[in-house]
Amino acid sequence: MAPVKRLKRRETVAHLLEQRKDALVVTGLGAPGYDVMAAGDHDNNFYLWGAMGAAAMVGLGLALSQRKRPVLVFTGDGEQLMGMGGLATVAVTRPENLVLIVLNNEHYGETGMQRSHAGRGVDLVAVAAACGFANSRRITCAMELDELCVDMHRRVDAIYAEIMIEADEPTRVLPPRDGVFVKNRFRKSLGFATI
Amino acid sequence: MSTHNPPATDSDNWQHLVFGELKRAGVEIIAYVPDAAHAVAIAAANDDPDTTAVSCTTEEEGVAICAGAHLGGKRAALLMQSSGVGNCINMLSLIAICRFPLLALVTMRGEWAEFNPWQSPMGQATEGSLKLMGVQCFRAEQTEDVAAQLGAASDTAFNGDQACALILGQRLIGRKKWLP
Repeated sequence: MAPVKRLKRRETVAHLLEQRKDALVVTGLGAPGYDVMAAGDHDNNFYLWGAMGAAAMVGLGLALSQRKRPVLVFTGDGEQLMGMGGLATVAVTRPENLVLIVLNNEHYGETGMQRSHAGRGVDLVAVAAACGFANSRRITCAMELDELCVDMHRRVDAIYAEIMIEADEPTRVLPPRDGVFVKNRFRKSLGFATI
Repeated sequence: MSTHNPPATDSDNWQHLVFGELKRAGVEIIAYVPDAAHAVAIAAANDDPDTTAVSCTTEEEGVAICAGAHLGGKRAALLMQSSGVGNCINMLSLIAICRFPLLALVTMRGEWAEFNPWQSPMGQATEGSLKLMGVQCFRAEQTEDVAAQLGAASDTAFNGDQACALILGQRLIGRKKWLP
């Protein structure tokens, strides 16, 4: 079998975020947060530094409360594997504006590049489809990435998009880790006051 | 569920108070893992066109959904059984470190007239676990407590960005009937 073509994570995430328009962004802990931060900090970014497995579910809660805006969740295969039941929850809840973007390098980068289940035959695109995602896709080239740039703004169906990326470790660009600050900044930009 | 008693005495009344009190508190999103004692509220949430009901595979999903809802400006609540509290521990760090409001309604097992001892270890540790993770606990042991305690928990949560749980005691819920 020919090896899967892989994209570069930083370029890929930056390309998607250049076309974010009014999208709200949630990141899982670790490298996806660094990738999003490297593309530029933003009031409408919420970065997780812990609570592994939470990214898709924070995105779901956000998508249900801001239905007119696309919600982009950037996370990794390891984080999504920890929240695999959440794929079923998203699928049955059917949030039209939620886009799960899983950067799949088939490894746990933050802890020393141990191979993940995604690198041992577990196909999360198929899992998402089996859960009921009408739109579950694997992205291995620039053209497919450009299709996602368009589709992520459509808000007609929840999307599971897995992007095959190289298992490299670009220099970390650290997002703010003051959770209260990031939360209040995010809410303020949507017009919500602090207590 | 079908294995449960038809609600006896108190439970007949209190279960019907919960959804109305959540609405009164401004809750628009209800995440839950099914429990017999939450059955009335879960059914009402699913039937109400103005409420988004989210069925979760595990309770920790609900914790994160509540956080996301607050980011987007809506009030959410989490309904679960005491055993589910154990599934939430690390996810509660998200609530604590970001000072998200949390309103969790926890129906108790393993504390009063429990038939199934497998419920006891987590039931006995439920309130302690919540407190260890920074969740304030309110309790209701009889029907007349429910509305007031739920209102207190929701006010504390949403007016102060605090993590709050309303513990619905097993004595309030009543004995579970196992065999005909």
